[in-house]
Amino acid sequence: METVKLTEKQMKSRRNRNIALGLVLAGLVVLFYAITIVKIGGGMAG
Amino acid sequence: MTVIDNHGVLAKDGELSEASARDYFELLKPRVMSLVVFTAFAGLVLAPGHIHPVLGLIAILCIAVGAGASGALNMWYDADIDAIMSRTAKRPIPAGRIAPSEALAFGLVLSGFSVVILGLAVNWLSAGILAFTIFFYAVVYTMWLKRSTPQNIVIGGAAGAFPPMIGWACVTNSVTVESTVLFMIIFLWTPAHFWALALFKMRDYEAVGVPMLPNVAGERVTKHQIVAYAVLTAVCGVLPSFLGFASLGYGLVAAALGAIFIYCSIAVWRMPDGDLKMIPAKKLFGFSIFYLFAVFSALMIDRLASVLFSHAGGWF
Repeated sequence: METVKLTEKQMKSRRNRNIALGLVLAGLVVLFYAITIVKIGGGMAG
Repeated sequence: MTVIDNHGVLAKDGELSEASARDYFELLKPRVMSLVVFTAFAGLVLAPGHIHPVLGLIAILCIAVGAGASGALNMWYDADIDAIMSRTAKRPIPAGRIAPSEALAFGLVLSGFSVVILGLAVNWLSAGILAFTIFFYAVVYTMWLKRSTPQNIVIGGAAGAFPPMIGWACVTNSVTVESTVLFMIIFLWTPAHFWALALFKMRDYEAVGVPMLPNVAGERVTKHQIVAYAVLTAVCGVLPSFLGFASLGYGLVAAALGAIFIYCSIAVWRMPDGDLKMIPAKKLFGFSIFYLFAVFSALMIDRLASVLFSHAGGWF
């Protein structure tokens, strides 16, 4: 079976993209958490 | 049979992607995004009423990402002409760092996320205007007007003018005369700003067949129209004072900035046709960016001053 080996540059850029995607996903978790807290807080105050 | 180790991402023509996160960020047109963030923030600050600071921050983030997404869709559609123009040849798609299909998917996903999150977190009116803005820029301007009429940026400029209106709608859940004036300042400013650029990048636009005004109607007509739009922008710039949502002090600052804007446009008008250096056009382009930042900064400072003054009045 023939396999394609990733070059050093391809490996590096893929790692870079994966880290960025991870950070974006973590940011989304924080974002939804913040929205929930603010909305619930506002509802309770109301 | 060929297997790609660890499920590598395919770029164009079966090549494995070497794109970095920075390339994707570049698809969002960060410089345009900074202007969008600034004017949307101005809309939030100037609107009467209150928004929770966290929701305000999320609103700005959504507007920025939505604007960036429309930029990515623009780069996906315009990759063919971007490859020819010197100003845009190094963008991620023409440079071969990102495949067009990846840019399309990136733009669509970010558009959806930004609109839905803005709707859920803030309100659906502002989310609706954001969705319309993305549609207007990506479809009406990029796919339709840009390659078919020399008035492309006059009408297409509306897309860049919506952010302060979205910011305003985030706070008030409405569209008002005041937010329309903020919209109009940017809308009327765009032709003078963009045609100044089009004058000194005329050869580029000619090479790719985009019908910019200087190529279609000539330099003289473009210069007449630049002066006309500069005057309209300057007049619209002082309207907040007349309509009572900014002070006389702001009106004087806006009038002075508008006078310089008109002066720079007249310098372009006096520039001989066929001038190769186009220094007045380059100066007008530079000043136009400063003008917009200065007018919106002045509006926000004016609002801040009036809030502080009313609080001080309450204390004494």
